[in-house]
Formats: sequence, C-alpha cells, structure tokens
Amino acid sequence: MRYLHDIGEYFIMLKDIFRRMTKPSVLKTLIFKEVDDLIINSMGIVIFISFFIGGVVTIQTALNLNNPLIPKSLIGFTARQSIILEFAPTFISIIMAGKVGSYITSSIGTMRVTEQIDALEVMGINSLNYLVLPKIVAMLLYPFVISIAMFVGIGGAYMAGVMGGFVASDQFLEGLQNDFIPFHLAYAFIKSFIFALILATVPSYHGYYMKGGALEVGQASTTSFVWTSVILIIANYILTQLLLS
Amino acid sequence: MIKVNDLHKSFSGEEILKGIDTEFIQGKTNLIIGQSGAGKTVFLKCLLGLILPTDGTIEYDGKAYSTLNKEQQRELRKKMGMVFQGSALFDSMSVAENVMFPLKMFTKQRKEQRMERVREVLDRVDLLKVDNKFPSEISGGMQKRVAIARAIVNKPQYLFCDEPNSGLDPKTAILIDNLIHEITKENNITTVINTHDMNSVLEIGENIVFLKDGRLEWQGDKSIIYKTDNESLTSFVYSSDLFQKVRKAQLQGL
Ligand SMILES: Nc1ncnc2c1ncn2[C@@H]1O[C@H](COP(=O)(O)OP(=O)(O)O)[C@@H](O)[C@H]1O
Ligand SMILES: [Mg+2]
Repeated sequence: MRYLHDIGEYFIMLKDIFRRMTKPSVLKTLIFKEVDDLIINSMGIVIFISFFIGGVVTIQTALNLNNPLIPKSLIGFTARQSIILEFAPTFISIIMAGKVGSYITSSIGTMRVTEQIDALEVMGINSLNYLVLPKIVAMLLYPFVISIAMFVGIGGAYMAGVMGGFVASDQFLEGLQNDFIPFHLAYAFIKSFIFALILATVPSYHGYYMKGGALEVGQASTTSFVWTSVILIIANYILTQLLLS
Repeated sequence: MIKVNDLHKSFSGEEILKGIDTEFIQGKTNLIIGQSGAGKTVFLKCLLGLILPTDGTIEYDGKAYSTLNKEQQRELRKKMGMVFQGSALFDSMSVAENVMFPLKMFTKQRKEQRMERVREVLDRVDLLKVDNKFPSEISGGMQKRVAIARAIVNKPQYLFCDEPNSGLDPKTAILIDNLIHEITKENNITTVINTHDMNSVLEIGENIVFLKDGRLEWQGDKSIIYKTDNESLTSFVYSSDLFQKVRKAQLQGL
C-alpha cells in the first residue's frame, strides 16, 4: 500500500514540477549552479573510476584468455563492449546515485526541515519547479558525462593491456574496432538519458516529501540511494530487454 | 484585518483545529499563544494559505481566500510576509540576496531600485554591515532580523511570525519583539505572532488569542490578561513563581 502511495505521489510530483514556471532569469542562474554541482563536480570521480575499471576489465579478460587459438585482439573487443554497454552507463550511474543522489536528497531535505520550502511557497513560488526543474535540465548533460566515462574507460583499458604487457598495441586497437555496431552507442545514450531523469527526480522526491529533522535527512539520503539504485537496475533490465533483444 | 470563521483542520482524521472564530486587527501585534502542540503553527500556516483548512473561511480585509481565483490568490500572497520559526533563510544566498529575493520574484524593479530597497530594510533592522555574509556566518538573533527584513521588504499588509524569539537569549528576544512591534506600527500592518514566551505576551500583546486543544479558549489584550479567572490561561501565562508574583503585583495595581 505504502509503495503504491509513494509511486502515485512521485508521478504527481513530476506533473507539479511544470505547473507554474519560475522567472526565466532566475531559472537560468539556478540551472548553471546545478550544472556545476551535479555535472562538473562529478567529473573527477567519474574519470577516476572509469579509468581503473577499464584497466581491471582488461586485466581480467587477458588473464582468462589462455587458449592460443583465440586472438589477443579479443581483449580490446571485450573492453569496448563491456565499457560501452554496461560499465560506463550503468556502473557509473550507480556511483552517481550515491554522489549526486544523496546530494540532491540532503539539500532538498534540509530545505524542507528548515522550512525553506515553505518560505518559497509563501512567496508564491512553485517550489518543485524552482528546486527540481534546474536539476532535470542540468542532468540533460549526463550523457556527456557517460561519453567521457567511455573514453577514459577505454583509455584505461588500453594502458593496462598494453603497458601491462598483456596485448600488443595494434592488436588491442584492432579488437577495439572489430564488429562495431553503432546501435550499441545509441543504446548506451538512451540508457544514460533515462538514468539521468531517474537520478534527478527520485532523490528529489525523497528530499521533498521527507518529514522530521536533521537525523531524518541522513536517513532519507540512505533510503534515496537504495531506491535510486534499485530503480536504475530495474530500468536497465527493461531497457536492455526492449532495445537489444 | 483578518477574520477567521469556524476554522477546522484535520490531519488524517485527527482534528487539530476544532472550529476557531476570531479576528486579527490591523496595526496591532496580534498574538496566538498556547502550549507546544496546541496547533499554533498549523493555524498560522492556514492564515498564510500554506495549509488548506478542512472547513471554515478566512477573510482578508473582507475577501475570503477560498473565493479568490488563482491570480487573486497570488496577488494576496504578495501582500503577506512571513518570519519562520527557524528563520528559514536560504543558506546558499547572502544576507542581501535573501532580502532581495522576494523583490526579484515579485517585482519588475531594476537592480538599482531593488538594491536601494534592500539597503533601506537592512538599515531598518540594523544589519547593513553584514549584507555580504551568509546565514551560517551570523548569529541566531541576526538571522531573525534578516528574516524580518526579508518578510517586510515587499511592504506587506499582513505579517506572520512563528515563535520569532524562540532559541534567542532574553535580551535579544525582547529586541526582536520590539522590532516587530515597531514595524507593525510604522507600516500599519496586521501582524500575527505565534508565541509561548510570556515576556512577549506581557510586553507586546495587544490582541491575544489563547488556543487550547484546538479551540479558542480566551481572547483579550495584555492589560486585562491578569484579571482573567480562566484557569488554563492563568496556569499557562503565569506558570512560574516569578510570573505569579508579577500577577499578584498587577492585581494589586502596582
Ligand atoms: N503536516 C502535518 N501532518 C500531520 N500532523 C501535523 C502536521 N502539522 C502539524 N501536525 C500536528 O498538529 C499538532 C499541532 O502542531 P503545531 O501547530 O506545530 O503546534 P505548535 O506550533 O502549537 O507547537 C501536532 O500534534 C502535530 O503533530
Ligand atoms: Mg509551532
């Protein structure tokens, strides 16, 4: 019952975000601030994780490739496929559910418990529009973050594979280009786009509708992380089923 | 003037406000008093239109909120200022930006015009020198004054304050009370203050509404409150030994 209520409330929230718009000049400033907080500030961790995950995927593949009949270029191929299809869009999004998600929940939640949201409403402002829309717009840049993760991940794979002596440079590059299906990239970006909407709105929901004080803000962030991850994983499954099979 | 008729409010079946009839007078500091949990904040948020009443009407200078259309409600909102219990300043904005915010949202004034008005009200609450600081960098009393400045910057007709001196030391509390009182007089505003602070009641209580168990238990001003024989009121207002002595002195005409 509770879940049904939450789901209903979530979709009503999505509708209410667009009910009454904030002044464009104000909205613009807010969007720039969110791009900074949500996108720019996440680049460091995204680059770091992508690089090392790319490296690890390569080493794992190389170590499991003992059969001399299988060409070494498969290492490059595997790195590309796993990074583009899953590691960049999905794995990074789970990390972002922790970073961006808990930031969103705790910042909106704090505004709720300190009555800053009431203060916005008293001034006749649609607080959902004011708080959530700039986050959604900023997260439209998320596929860009994911493409950086892909590049860096593949770079990490190349470094680990070639410098670690597992595969020759030209073999790796050959594998990287083997059987490339452009739709896989489209699939990855469609996923990233949907994930971006989830990352912006689900944590906002948990912050906006929370009750209590500072302690509950912490709890709300944790709950928000769990739910955002669960929804990302389910969405990933559904999208993969729909787009790839 | 704000007129409240038979106001009811329930949350999931539990009735918090059980039919309140009262009036808040223009140019006076109207006080809503009552114990914690009496429903003061709920009442105030109904007056602000933040909470929709379950039943009853609220009239602002003769116009009932529920009969206004969306645009008229928005116009009415512009005439309201609110000082929240915890100040509710936007922590991502400086003091001056906080005070400027309602002007930015509500008016088409140019930047210089807005700046001028902001400086005017900051000067009024004696905070010109901290205009570039952030809320976390100033004291609780200063935050309250910023909240007052933000509430009055748009020249409201109605000013609402939820426990404006809770969490402040007694001296600062009196300063805040007096500030709100003076601003009310200067601008002839209808001010409604929630409080459970007896100093405020006895200092600035010009029209006191005592809530108990969601009902209006007593209404009057500070000059007659000590004469009341309403038991819940006297035990609430004169709860400490000190205040009982004050009451004795008042009754003896001292
Ligand atoms: N949004 C709400 N949902 C459910 N119950 C509420 C809500 N707001 C207030 N209450 C309940 O209403 C009662 C009165 O609260 P409140 O007006 O905050 O008291 P006061 O301000 O006088 O201390 C409390 O019992 C509180 O739990
Ligand atoms: Mg209260």
